[in-house]
Amino acid sequence: MTNKVTAAIVGPGNIGTDLLYKLLRSEVIEPRYMVGVDPDSAGLRLAADLGLEASSDGVDWLLARPEPPALVFEATSAYVHVRNAPRYEEAGIRAIDLTPAARGPYVVPPVNLHEHIGAMNLNMVTCGGQATIPMVHAVSRVAPVDYAEIVATVASASAGPGTRNNIDEFTRTTSRAVEVLGGAGRGKAIIILNPADPPLIMRDTIYCSLDPATDRGKVAQSVRDMVVEVQGYVPGYRLRGEPQFDDSDGSLRVAIFIEVEGAGDFLPPYSGNLDIMTAAATKTGEELASALLGARS
Amino acid sequence: MPYSDTLDIRLTDTSLRDGSHAKRHQFTVDQVRSTVSALDAVGMPVIEVSHGDGLGGSSYNYGLSLTDEMALIDTAVQTATRAKIAALMLPGLGTKDDIKMAADLGLSIIRVATHCTEADISIQHFGLARELQLETVGFLMMAHSQPPEVLAAQARIMADAGCQCVYVVDSAGAMILEDAGRRVEAVRAELGDDAQVGFHAHENLGLSVANTVSAVRAGALQIDGSTRSFGAGAGNTPLECFVAVAERLGIRTGIDVLGLLDVAEDVVRPIMDAECVKDRLAIIMGYAGVYSSFLKHAYRAADRYDVSGAEILLECGRQHLVGGQEDQIIHIAATLAEAGPLAEAAR
Repeated sequence: MTNKVTAAIVGPGNIGTDLLYKLLRSEVIEPRYMVGVDPDSAGLRLAADLGLEASSDGVDWLLARPEPPALVFEATSAYVHVRNAPRYEEAGIRAIDLTPAARGPYVVPPVNLHEHIGAMNLNMVTCGGQATIPMVHAVSRVAPVDYAEIVATVASASAGPGTRNNIDEFTRTTSRAVEVLGGAGRGKAIIILNPADPPLIMRDTIYCSLDPATDRGKVAQSVRDMVVEVQGYVPGYRLRGEPQFDDSDGSLRVAIFIEVEGAGDFLPPYSGNLDIMTAAATKTGEELASALLGARS
Repeated sequence: MPYSDTLDIRLTDTSLRDGSHAKRHQFTVDQVRSTVSALDAVGMPVIEVSHGDGLGGSSYNYGLSLTDEMALIDTAVQTATRAKIAALMLPGLGTKDDIKMAADLGLSIIRVATHCTEADISIQHFGLARELQLETVGFLMMAHSQPPEVLAAQARIMADAGCQCVYVVDSAGAMILEDAGRRVEAVRAELGDDAQVGFHAHENLGLSVANTVSAVRAGALQIDGSTRSFGAGAGNTPLECFVAVAERLGIRTGIDVLGLLDVAEDVVRPIMDAECVKDRLAIIMGYAGVYSSFLKHAYRAADRYDVSGAEILLECGRQHLVGGQEDQIIHIAATLAEAGPLAEAAR
């Protein structure tokens, strides 16, 4: 275990539990603590069965451990993370925030993780952001994008109360991140819940405005390259057909269609929207851990 | 129990919102002014104005607005002397900021729409609307796709969140005979005195007026329609026709029937690009249970990829697409084009 960095997961719900399965496979992270507030939590019980130290005494308990973790993954809520974030920082623990709290910079691994390796707090944006911003970035790195718009459709069964109670937060945060990280002049985000049964796999459509003279082949190649890069940490991330270019009204835009099938670690495969969050958090944690291990050796 | 001392039901004209789909979101300030002025003069109690997909709808996915909808709402508010101005908004597309902006312009009613199984995403928007002292309406869209008891439970969520009238919305124009009345009755039984029930129809299968009468008999107190059917798909309940039927049935709408007939002919028809008709694709929407605003998008995609618009819509139905998934129309058309001659031969 000496070659691994220790981590805690705070929030033993569906996301926290799925994250646990991913971290247990990691070669550089040792998930050691699972923290909640409900003694009856199934996630805490499962974590204990899998060999973690699990407690329902909250972050107070975590911070009182004789060996606090180097990393904490926050899978609670924005409200809780806003309170916890300064405490983690004070204790010298790096936080990877899966809530919409956005205390630290937005991170989408293939786009800007390298810029924030040293940050004390990193925010995972939103599920729609993780799925679509790599595509906006793939286009904007080869051609200027004045406007980008993303449409994320998720199965109703995979949209939890956090998303439902704060749906405006999704649209605001994602559209802002489409600009800041995606590189679009202006961003817009739309989320749709579809209750079809059996549940459908997460689908995302990414539209980018382009100059009519843009080299379409170059855009399509950049998109395909980025898909491969995302597949490195989200194996179920797929392009659905070729990017579609539309110049019918005199301007040019491209529409990129993707789907995200989850790894099925704890959550069902249709909830690619949740899987891509835990996969991105794991990837982020592993890069941080590798940097910490490199500094240590 | 009637809507008020003088009205059995309250009508909302949605030409300037649902009609936005038929107009590909190209309304001008002048068109809004003339329509609001004419509808107001014949006693239309509520007039809805916004992008077809509601506040914030102007987009690649649904179509860019020619005129900022806030300018259209402002014009409507300034023009109306008696009518209340309403706007639609869909959580996930529009936000609370849009509601605030419209409220600042003098909007009276906000209508918050969700797919009919997803009412809980509207809770924060109803909360804000009531704080802003807006009148509230909830829209349970694609209501044909769920049984009455499911709609009733979803209506309860909206009512508890502050919604004053929950609409059963036949977005696909797919309801037939008892479908409308049963759903309205179930919602009315659930809500009791807590909130009213409304009904919104489309003409895709030619039943909008009949379904609306069924809804009124089942207890709906608020009714939508569009003058000259100006709306998505084959259009909405033609209000000039409905008010004539209502008068014969002794249902008080407060509208001058002959006056509204003139508005339909002389004011609304001239601003329509074409009549809303039950053509092949519009009927297929009702038949396959497809969201009515997909119509123009399906025409455009069929044209762009040289594939059958009917096939596109049937596939939308097979995939159980819900309102808002216009993006998938392009993908379906591209996929059909790729399958091309092989798929044609297989049929």
